Amino acid sequence: MSAQFLTYLFVGATFSVYIGIAIWSRSASTSDFYVAGSHVHPIANGAATAADWMSAASFLSMAGIIAFEGADGARYLMGWTGGYVLLALLLAPYLRKFAKYTVPDFVGDRYYSHAARLVAVVCVIFISFTYVAGQMRGVGVVFSRFLEVDINLGVVIGMGIVFFYAVMGGMKGITYTQVAQYCVLIFAYLVPAIFISVMLTNNPFPMLGLGSEMNDGSGDYLLDRLDGMTTELGMTAFTDGSKSTIDMFFITAALMAGTAGLPHVIVRFFTVPRVRDARISAGYALIFIALLYTTAPAVAAFARINIINHVDGIVYEQAPEWFRKWEDTGLIAWLDKNEDGQVQYRGGSALDPATPDYGQGRGDSGERMLNNAASDNDNELYIDRDIIVLAHPEIARLPDWVVALVAAGGLAAALSTAAGLLLVISTAISHDLMKKTFMPRINDRQELLFARIAAAVAVCVAGLFGIYPPGFVAQVVAFAFGLAAASFFPVILLGIFSTRMNKEGAIAGMVTGLTFTFGYIVYFKFVSPESDNAVYWLFGISPEGIGTLGMLLNFAVSLIVSRFTPAPPAEIQAIVQNIRVPRT
Amino acid sequence: MSNNNAYWRANLRLMVVLLLVWFLVSFVCGILIVDYLDQFHLFGYKLGFWFSQQGSIYFFVALIFVYAWRMNRLDKRFGVDEEGDD
Repeated sequence: MSAQFLTYLFVGATFSVYIGIAIWSRSASTSDFYVAGSHVHPIANGAATAADWMSAASFLSMAGIIAFEGADGARYLMGWTGGYVLLALLLAPYLRKFAKYTVPDFVGDRYYSHAARLVAVVCVIFISFTYVAGQMRGVGVVFSRFLEVDINLGVVIGMGIVFFYAVMGGMKGITYTQVAQYCVLIFAYLVPAIFISVMLTNNPFPMLGLGSEMNDGSGDYLLDRLDGMTTELGMTAFTDGSKSTIDMFFITAALMAGTAGLPHVIVRFFTVPRVRDARISAGYALIFIALLYTTAPAVAAFARINIINHVDGIVYEQAPEWFRKWEDTGLIAWLDKNEDGQVQYRGGSALDPATPDYGQGRGDSGERMLNNAASDNDNELYIDRDIIVLAHPEIARLPDWVVALVAAGGLAAALSTAAGLLLVISTAISHDLMKKTFMPRINDRQELLFARIAAAVAVCVAGLFGIYPPGFVAQVVAFAFGLAAASFFPVILLGIFSTRMNKEGAIAGMVTGLTFTFGYIVYFKFVSPESDNAVYWLFGISPEGIGTLGMLLNFAVSLIVSRFTPAPPAEIQAIVQNIRVPRT
Repeated sequence: MSNNNAYWRANLRLMVVLLLVWFLVSFVCGILIVDYLDQFHLFGYKLGFWFSQQGSIYFFVALIFVYAWRMNRLDKRFGVDEEGDD
């Protein structure tokens, strides 16, 4: 059976399971639709949170980024896991006790202000759509490469599936589908990692294999070998970083606080029955996430070794099939600088500008022609980081069924996150805008209908993002975390831990944090991209990490303003006292 | 009310201790003194590299479970636990 047939089989089988679950778990009320009736078992919620959280970026891109950046990749590993400690200790149990449906609900009620609620709704919608756009690119890449269908058709199929279970099932349908998707994605991630770990080190646990000796009889530790290989080829040693310490610190902090403040993650903790379940559920979620996150650096190091071993020095005309297929997809490029017909893989970027711009026709060895100029180094190879996880099983010559499995896993990761985000968007519209702001007299059934319509519209908008990907997606990912860190995290934290915090302080803080972070990112990404380097950055902090500073500003402004304005009403202070204690 | 205040203070004490550990394993060991720690080894890992790409994550998981376990005990001790069994 060919890899393509197996891929169709696996993807088809997993999609049928998702649809089956959706039919079995239809939503009947708004409580079902928004928070699955708050009846989800903490372990199931943990798995659903993990699938919700681990997106196409975690599954497809992260190991690739670490493979090329080495030690600097730690900001994602720590940032995207450490946030769960903040969530479990500082936010989740109290928000569960508060017992509402959405993050804007908390902000609006705690700060007794429609203005605050509206600011929160706008942030939720902006953050979630930014994030969804990235998922759709992931779906498109998997479909076009493995099923060899048009990217647009792939996106439409993916949206059809999400439409079915998100619109019908709401949070209830999404939760149980995500549990299934977690199983698919973690299996798909671990199987190839275990295969390759055994091939290189004989150790079946990739996270231990990374710290083991190579099994080629040399007795070298794998990481020492990789450091040697990379240094020899003129690259930064794998375990050395090139980012400054202050930038690493601020980026990691922004990712942590951003993770804890992301609405689609927070809302998952409204679905468990009790406060104590919210605490333990965050722990289960992090175990499920850690399984992938501790494997990712191993996959990254193995992939770097395999690429160097299997690609550097090969004659292009004898290049393996995967190499040409990815070249056809536009994610690998080769420029034969010294015209010897062999692929030289060295340090530095091969092309100028760095991403390939393919021309017409073929070169002397049959490679795709490029319009890019040759850069001033010996490197001849361009590899897009996003393909590492997908290409690695083929690079390591694993069996076809493993390759097919990885494709199904990538789709599970992208679809589960997309569904969670779409639900948050639809809830923000039907609940926070319609019910709570503009049409307070609608009944439960009408609100549910609005929620379904909003979900359907959101699915279509997300589909358009996939078919016509906005060119700025890569630039705006920093937005989602930076804005969540600078807005929601401080506002929720202060709402729980300071009874004195009032609406004046919270709104002033949110506006300051948002304006500062938004302005900084827009300046360096859009207004003046040529000055986007450490020389011009404030204190040497990149736009990726600026959310941390925005968060600190938010805290400072909130605390100062609230001291000079009236204390919140007595009933609000009573609410704060109440959410601090589990028993009702 | 004073019982609830005592419960809250106990909660804050536990939280501060756990967050100090959280800061230590990630920001201190994984970022601020990572180069210093890299001179030591843990099997085939440089120690700083291990903290930043493996160890901190294991600590994070442990911290949440310790918190959940200790808080359940605090809930019972101060009589503020929720009804219903597991």
